[in-house]
Amino acid sequence: MTTQTVTPHRPPVTPERESFWPLVHAEWTKFRTVRGWVIAMLVTIVAITAGAFLGTDVSGGCAGGHAASGAASAAACPAQPTGPGGVPVQDVFYFAHQPVTGNGTITAAMTSLTGQFIVGTSNGGWRTAPGGLQPWSKAGIIIKENTSQGSAYAAMMVTGSHGVRMQWDYVNDTPGLAGRVAASAPRWLRLVRDRGTITGYDSADGTHWTLVGTATLPGLTSTVQAGLFAAGTSVQSYPADMRGADVPDNFGAQATGVFRHIRLSWPATGWTGTNVGGAGPNENGAPLPGALRQNAGTITVAGDGDISPAAGNAYSGSGQSLQRALAGTVAGLIPLIVVAAMFITAEYRRGLIRVSLTAAPRRGRLLAAKAVVIGAVGFVAGLVAATLALAVGTPLLLRAGPLAWPVSLLTEARMVAGTGALLAVAAVLALAIGTIVRRSAPAVAIVIVVIIVPYLLAFNPLPGSQPQGSGPGGGGGWPLQITPAAALSLQQAVPQFHQLVAIYSLNSGYYPLAPWAGLAVECGWAAAALALAFFLMRRRDA
Amino acid sequence: MSLTTRVAPPRSQGAQARHATAAALRAAVQALQAEWTKVRTVTGPSWLLAGVVTVTVAVGVAAASVARCQSATCGIDPATVSFAGIYPGQAVAAVVGVLAIGNEYSTGMIKLSLTAMPGRLTWFFAKATVLAAPVLTAAALAVAGAALAGRLILPGHGFTPAHGYASLTSATDLRAAAGAVLYLTLIALLSLGLAAAVRDSAVAIGLVLGLLYLFPLAANVISNPALARHLDQIGPLPVGLDAQATTGLKGLPLTPWQGLGVVALWTACALLLGALVLKIRDV
Repeated sequence: MTTQTVTPHRPPVTPERESFWPLVHAEWTKFRTVRGWVIAMLVTIVAITAGAFLGTDVSGGCAGGHAASGAASAAACPAQPTGPGGVPVQDVFYFAHQPVTGNGTITAAMTSLTGQFIVGTSNGGWRTAPGGLQPWSKAGIIIKENTSQGSAYAAMMVTGSHGVRMQWDYVNDTPGLAGRVAASAPRWLRLVRDRGTITGYDSADGTHWTLVGTATLPGLTSTVQAGLFAAGTSVQSYPADMRGADVPDNFGAQATGVFRHIRLSWPATGWTGTNVGGAGPNENGAPLPGALRQNAGTITVAGDGDISPAAGNAYSGSGQSLQRALAGTVAGLIPLIVVAAMFITAEYRRGLIRVSLTAAPRRGRLLAAKAVVIGAVGFVAGLVAATLALAVGTPLLLRAGPLAWPVSLLTEARMVAGTGALLAVAAVLALAIGTIVRRSAPAVAIVIVVIIVPYLLAFNPLPGSQPQGSGPGGGGGWPLQITPAAALSLQQAVPQFHQLVAIYSLNSGYYPLAPWAGLAVECGWAAAALALAFFLMRRRDA
Repeated sequence: MSLTTRVAPPRSQGAQARHATAAALRAAVQALQAEWTKVRTVTGPSWLLAGVVTVTVAVGVAAASVARCQSATCGIDPATVSFAGIYPGQAVAAVVGVLAIGNEYSTGMIKLSLTAMPGRLTWFFAKATVLAAPVLTAAALAVAGAALAGRLILPGHGFTPAHGYASLTSATDLRAAAGAVLYLTLIALLSLGLAAAVRDSAVAIGLVLGLLYLFPLAANVISNPALARHLDQIGPLPVGLDAQATTGLKGLPLTPWQGLGVVALWTACALLLGALVLKIRDV
């Protein structure tokens, strides 16, 4: 009898009630039937798309673009040389070369690499100052298609503080022997050409050789230039005594390499010295002409400039980062955050939460269902908005010329999916905060403050704090490393290179964290908030 | 319930008709008293106002302790360091402003309030006045705390007379502090006006914070300098920061008092919009 009286009150749990998806369906029905929320999602999409028009305004700065002022500003903008694959490059160095045809080998031993600062003097000239060896100052042997900027190459080199490296076609870099070069610790370098493949070897003694890397240079002509080179790279921080008012400008550093035992398997025709990129203090040339000195089996080559990708502030062209097309993302986040917080706070405000929990007594499941629905809504909204923004923004950006860095389809897909993920996780975070504080206004304010204020602070760092955005760490500093705003790095469209010391600033589209690391930070916030929300929801009365 | 009995004492209709002005004044005073009772007897606003002070002072202290002035040419405005807490602090002030009206709507209290005080505009402006007074007090405390912290910390971090910071309590510094206090108060009133216009706390706070933070962000991401400068001249946050500057005043998009004027203009528009919506719509 007892069981019979109890059973009507506690019927056996049916599969429908136990299952999670009907709950998700119920929450989805709640979402889609509130007209204001659906309109807010449209506002999110429109805001992000409209942001593309604002973000891609390329009429200012060093950008051509607008038909009205195009000619004038385009002339002010130096053309950035491009290398294989259309990537913008820096290709300024001193080249002691001779033409060689067909397969062969070049070998040389380096006994010294020194550096000098190049400092502008008050009368408009330049002088060198000692102590200017930079971490990536480089000298070594190189096989290059020709002496024009941006042509294909492969090189074995000794660097200021990164040991022996093999680099080719501007973006590739492989380490060889570590340690500094000296007369007592020479570095033997060798390049072997076999049609379109160039293999690099290094050795500490000239007899035991180690393979460093293999470069494939598609379409390399039969006759190429082989020889010795030196490039001092740009300087990111000068010594304090060199920053006085009597130094009007600084032009970087010159590297000087000393070579011995130079052997070419090709017939020798004598060395020619060329300033690749030209000499003179223009935008793409070296300020000081390089030097080639030969005596008694020793060749000394000195040169400034750099052979590297043109990323960060090394890029001086008029192109923009594709990420600018997604500039409206932050504006689009606001309506999303409002709706995501209301998705739970409205239930508390109207008492609907009691009905919801009566229907789905497992509180964690209700929260999870809501998170799934609002996350999916945010993801789809971000996906649609980013697709539209890129479709609108790309042609607008291309008015100023090619992009600051060519964007592969894969990167573009990451930007679009990343915007979706960024919005989805932000929505879940807002839902969780809404569950914790149970009031709309504080919840929305908290989420906006933790996402948008850090982004603002990244652009306008606290005055007097450590300078941000220099070195290979990327722009923005701590606000974009530890707050949910870190996930904006998913939209980065320009690459950073460890072999190029430059200023990777937020304004030119660089973030301090790698894309997925940024998303992980945002997910960490959302997970922590969700865990707290789950804990509180189980403990509290509805 | 005690509120309604207090705010609507029986009045003779004839007396009101004869002494319309006096009656309006009495109604205003009663509205003020009633609204003040609401603010006084609910704990939420006090906590939020304490939050304004805490956030503003804490972030100001943090900013001052990381700031360094290495040379006479460091060009750092000490007031912007001390008042860095205004960035997040204004969000709390905005929540205070939004909830002053938003809570009336979300709890249904609005019907009771307007039953007791059918003169809607009187009620609305009483609400605004009663909001402004405690916010002004809290803002003054917050700014005084932040300025004091800056005064104590910054000279040890290179903000010395040798580096061109003769005094951190000159007339300019007092003007900057006054500007910061007025700014926080105006933001709370702006939030009140927008909340009355949209009648929903969540939407209102989204609008207010969007209005505050999106102008400077837009000015940062666009590359057209003329357009960026215009955005810095109309956005309530950047012009409000102009009002708190003490150095480099020549380079600002607007003078400090002009900046505060623009914020006041935004606030006036929001309050008018809120009053209009309240006047013409059913609750």
